Amino acid sequence: MSHVDLQHISKNFPGVKALDDISFDVKDGEFYVLLGPTGAGKTTTLRVIAGLEHQDAGSILFDGEVIDNLTPSDRDVALVFQQYSLYPTMSVYDNLAFPLRSPLRRTSAEEIQKKVEETAEKLRISHLLKRKTAHLSGGEMQRVSIGRAIVRSPRIFLMDEPLSNLDAKLREALRVELQHLQKTQGSTTLFVTHDQIEALTMADRIAVLNEGRIIQVGTPENIYDQPASTFVAQLVGSPRINLYKSRREDNTVSISESDVHLPGPLGSKLPSDFLVGIRPENVKPDPNGKFTGQLVLAEPLGVETILHIQSGQRTLLSLVPGISSYRLGDVVKFNIASEHIHYFGLNGNRLQP
Amino acid sequence: MSTIELRQVEKKFGDLHAVKPLDLTIQDGEFIVLLGPSGCGKTTTLRMISGLETVSGGTIWLNGRNVTWLHPSERDIAFVFQFYALYPHLTAWKNIAFPLQAQGESRETVEKRVDEVVKLLQIEHVLKAHPGQLSGGDQQRVALARALVRRPAAFLMDEPLGALDADFRESMRSEIKRLHVLQHATTVYVTHDQIEAMAMGDRIVVMSEAAIQQIGTPAEVYNDPSNLFVARFIGSPGMNLITGEYADGVVQMAGLDNRYAVPQEWQSVLKKRLDSGSEIVIGFRPESAQINDRGELVGKVYASEMQGSSAVLHLTINENEIIHIRTDRLIPYPIDTLVHFDINPQMIRFFDAKTEAAFKPEVSQ
Repeated sequence: MSHVDLQHISKNFPGVKALDDISFDVKDGEFYVLLGPTGAGKTTTLRVIAGLEHQDAGSILFDGEVIDNLTPSDRDVALVFQQYSLYPTMSVYDNLAFPLRSPLRRTSAEEIQKKVEETAEKLRISHLLKRKTAHLSGGEMQRVSIGRAIVRSPRIFLMDEPLSNLDAKLREALRVELQHLQKTQGSTTLFVTHDQIEALTMADRIAVLNEGRIIQVGTPENIYDQPASTFVAQLVGSPRINLYKSRREDNTVSISESDVHLPGPLGSKLPSDFLVGIRPENVKPDPNGKFTGQLVLAEPLGVETILHIQSGQRTLLSLVPGISSYRLGDVVKFNIASEHIHYFGLNGNRLQP
Repeated sequence: MSTIELRQVEKKFGDLHAVKPLDLTIQDGEFIVLLGPSGCGKTTTLRMISGLETVSGGTIWLNGRNVTWLHPSERDIAFVFQFYALYPHLTAWKNIAFPLQAQGESRETVEKRVDEVVKLLQIEHVLKAHPGQLSGGDQQRVALARALVRRPAAFLMDEPLGALDADFRESMRSEIKRLHVLQHATTVYVTHDQIEAMAMGDRIVVMSEAAIQQIGTPAEVYNDPSNLFVARFIGSPGMNLITGEYADGVVQMAGLDNRYAVPQEWQSVLKKRLDSGSEIVIGFRPESAQINDRGELVGKVYASEMQGSSAVLHLTINENEIIHIRTDRLIPYPIDTLVHFDINPQMIRFFDAKTEAAFKPEVSQ
């Protein structure tokens, strides 16, 4: 396993700046997630590391050595794609053994068998080894694809949305298993996704990408608790953060067109107009709450309920535990803890009040 | 205003039962969700209500009128599909007005009704655009507006949000529900997404293998699933289910040698229904377990997930069973740490391992 370092990588396609001076490093044994919307440059970054694309500027280092001129096969990386790229006429066993049978690796038959069996056990597919891959379910196929990557010990695993084609339950289960595997094997992994919950749940660190640039790098907690911009604040978290234009007068912050007037941060350097962000779990119904609104919609999800509380012209989302007993039209009193309020400038950048 | 009633409605394709005989009564103004995995019969059921599919048996009643053999156009029902079938050469306004113009409504009526629905959906700004120029969400709003403008007796919706990305699905979900709250039109909504079903339905009809598994409010299907299928299908993650052996008021589990003393209120039910040594499945939701150093049960840390406002700890109980415990954001436990926990005795459920049906507690006097 390796420490992977990207330094000032840029890549242009005709008419598009796909990557614009990207720098980050994945530490040895780290689970690193690139998170961003379609077109952010996530897959291009992965392909540049794999050597499938060549960057226009910048360097890539594996363990301190520049590998820019190595061919894809000499870089010794393993790729897992969204589409399961398996050999349909081969058995699961042969699919798993395939990367080890490369003449370059000179692995003995016994060694191959041992590694295939170990890998199958880790991924709970031992019972499928004799099956042809064409006869497997989607979840089983993706397990085999992951197995084919981890059967050898490459310097880094590059995973491009490997869970996107699976249904919700399978995605949840494989997410947990991938994380467990990565932690127990200590493998260096770069995982690309547009799904914020995958990023939060699996990553040691997340890099948020947009339009070919890195917007923020941090642990899941950093990204969630201290989003660097409104873009990050809205990308991460479900339901979405409450984000409203606000105005400061003396020491009061008022959310525009609402009845919410918050005590402003003391000695504040805030401008007079800005945006306020409040995560739904920090809008807390409370019979003695300072603010008053009306319940216009309730969405019970089971473990939690999303309440839509109208205050003036604004609707605030509130996330409460369990299945809420509020009824439509009820007056809801609520509080907002001032330590959980985010401030952003009108340009979207985080403000430190 | 309308009620919909299905009496012993079934659908066969050759020997294959796409929908086994089912009974369902939908109240006036109710939002009913048909929920299940692909192939469970939910879409076929919806298509039979609309008349796009004939029934193989049973009858369908709309407002007390037998409509089983009526043509779709005679049923006064509006259908919203996953793919917004808009006329590409007409502007959004003309698309919305089309059903009314086709009915020969006066120009005044058309303008007034289009105006109303456009305001409701807040799409004033897209009226002059053609569908090809609109975002996916606006196309879906225009499609909805076109369905709403007719003021049909009932709406049938077949995964209308299926093609949208996650973020957008969330906001459209609440928009559709909000419309329903304002208009109260009877709605039958098909989805495979349990979150959508929970968030939107007044009642949920959970289907699997061509049959209804349970009909209930979101709270009922979540808290009291009728069988293991519903317990697994509803919730994210689903209900924790651990198989054990029942004897003398105790459930013995394999693997980490957990013993669970059955709470008092369940003792007599289980004793009556189970022989000593029978297999039983205990079930509890991830938020119904509390980590407690002196907890009755124990699991080994497999992974922990930060999920934003909360966290989920995944524990192995034995080789095959992983359970999930919801916690506040926590310092992650290292893999393989033993973690003790208790289950809130009011939130424990029991299932027959053979029939997969839930046991019902005895009603206390």
